[in-house]
Amino acid sequence: MTFYERMMNLDRRWVYLVIGVVVVVTAIWSFAVPLYVTPEARSVYDFVESLVPGEVLMIGVDYAPEVMAELHPMSYAITRQCFAKDVKLLLCCLHQNGPGMVEQVIAQVAEEYGKVNGVDYVYLGYKPYPGITILAMGQNFRIPFPEDYYGTPLDSLPMMRNMTNFDNVKAIINISGGSGTEYWINYANGRYNAKLAIGVTGVMTADYYPFLQSGQIFGLIGGMKGAAEYEYLAERGGYISREKGQLWASKSMPIQTTTHIVIILFIVIGNVGYFMSKRKK
Amino acid sequence: MRRTLPIAVVAGVGFFMLIQYFIPLEEFETLYEWALDWTMVIGCFAMLLGLYSLTNMMVTKVRRKAEGWGYSLVALVGLFVMVFVGLIPHYQDSLKYGTLFMDIFEYIYIPIQAAMFSLLAFYVASAAYRAFRARTVLATILLVSAIIIMFRLIPLGPLSAINQWMVNFILTVPNMAAKRAFWMGVGLGATATALKIMLGIERGYMGRD
Repeated sequence: MTFYERMMNLDRRWVYLVIGVVVVVTAIWSFAVPLYVTPEARSVYDFVESLVPGEVLMIGVDYAPEVMAELHPMSYAITRQCFAKDVKLLLCCLHQNGPGMVEQVIAQVAEEYGKVNGVDYVYLGYKPYPGITILAMGQNFRIPFPEDYYGTPLDSLPMMRNMTNFDNVKAIINISGGSGTEYWINYANGRYNAKLAIGVTGVMTADYYPFLQSGQIFGLIGGMKGAAEYEYLAERGGYISREKGQLWASKSMPIQTTTHIVIILFIVIGNVGYFMSKRKK
Repeated sequence: MRRTLPIAVVAGVGFFMLIQYFIPLEEFETLYEWALDWTMVIGCFAMLLGLYSLTNMMVTKVRRKAEGWGYSLVALVGLFVMVFVGLIPHYQDSLKYGTLFMDIFEYIYIPIQAAMFSLLAFYVASAAYRAFRARTVLATILLVSAIIIMFRLIPLGPLSAINQWMVNFILTVPNMAAKRAFWMGVGLGATATALKIMLGIERGYMGRD
């Protein structure tokens, strides 16, 4: 095997080793990554920024721990921004592994800001079958969720007194790691005209640009980079702080950046090997 | 009768759900809500059936000591431990942050899932190295597009703005055109399949013809 053939046929274990080393080294010796804030992420931030105290924002948290590195920072940043602005939050979960994710975010951030369950926020809990649940919520939140996550009837919660359906929330932000987003677009926006923005994983981002251009969603936070962009804006707005360790996505961006550089280098090595060995033949 | 009745039910419900979307009458709204309740009830029974099916399969595997039976045992233990800690002691309280149920979720489930998904980075790197070869014109277009998209995560100084413009172009023009065509195809396909089911042409859901 010639040198160039070796270049294009590297043992995959070398690739794994280099990626592993780069991830660990970058995690130890981190650096700041300059960010370009995309208009689609900015529009979500600007919308939340435009809300006044007392208004209600709904967040649909539909992801599992497997994608928490990308999506959890979005949930934290948006929740902190809302609570700092005294905007009320209505949360629900349509992914079977999501209830724990919401509970983690809401328990921590509500304590930071001294927010009270039922007054400043309501966590509806989890229901299976996202399409049906969204359609039912469009009629009345009480159809799929007669009680909140903690077993309290919705009618006994002060925040829910004048709330019936999507008409009573200013917008919905769906943070999702799966196909749940399509249900929100099709039913919450399509059927009930709810104002909708989404936060999705990096690999899902490209799928949702058509909905952005058609106006079915007004904003899109894409992957860890999108989360870092949101954190950047939230930090500038004074809602989150680097010193308190609240910028998770921004902290992970150097790892993602160096890993991508390594992947590009491997692609270049493979292609150089391919062309050079072809030329020799 | 065994065939006609299910087809008639499916056709009746299917056509009702189709036309109610276009008729804003209160009676239709009530019937629609009723149908949604029915769907949830049926879904709950399907979940019970799934639970029974999974348990039955795992128990059989463990009893016969089939290949990989240890994994089935772990799955069974995990399933019943979570059901027990979630349901038995103070049902609603067990869902709060800091309880045993949530501790298992946070300290066992989250790291397991996060670790499993992290492995993807290694496979993606290896797959990208092998797959992105400029062998043909189409493969070269794919390779160049992928590298431009990946470059958006890398600080390139003054070149970042140009790269971001190219990323936006790729995502909002060729990507969007392809996605639109794809979604239109999916929509038309779904409509055709739904009609075939409602008209009794497609009967796969009945288990046998």
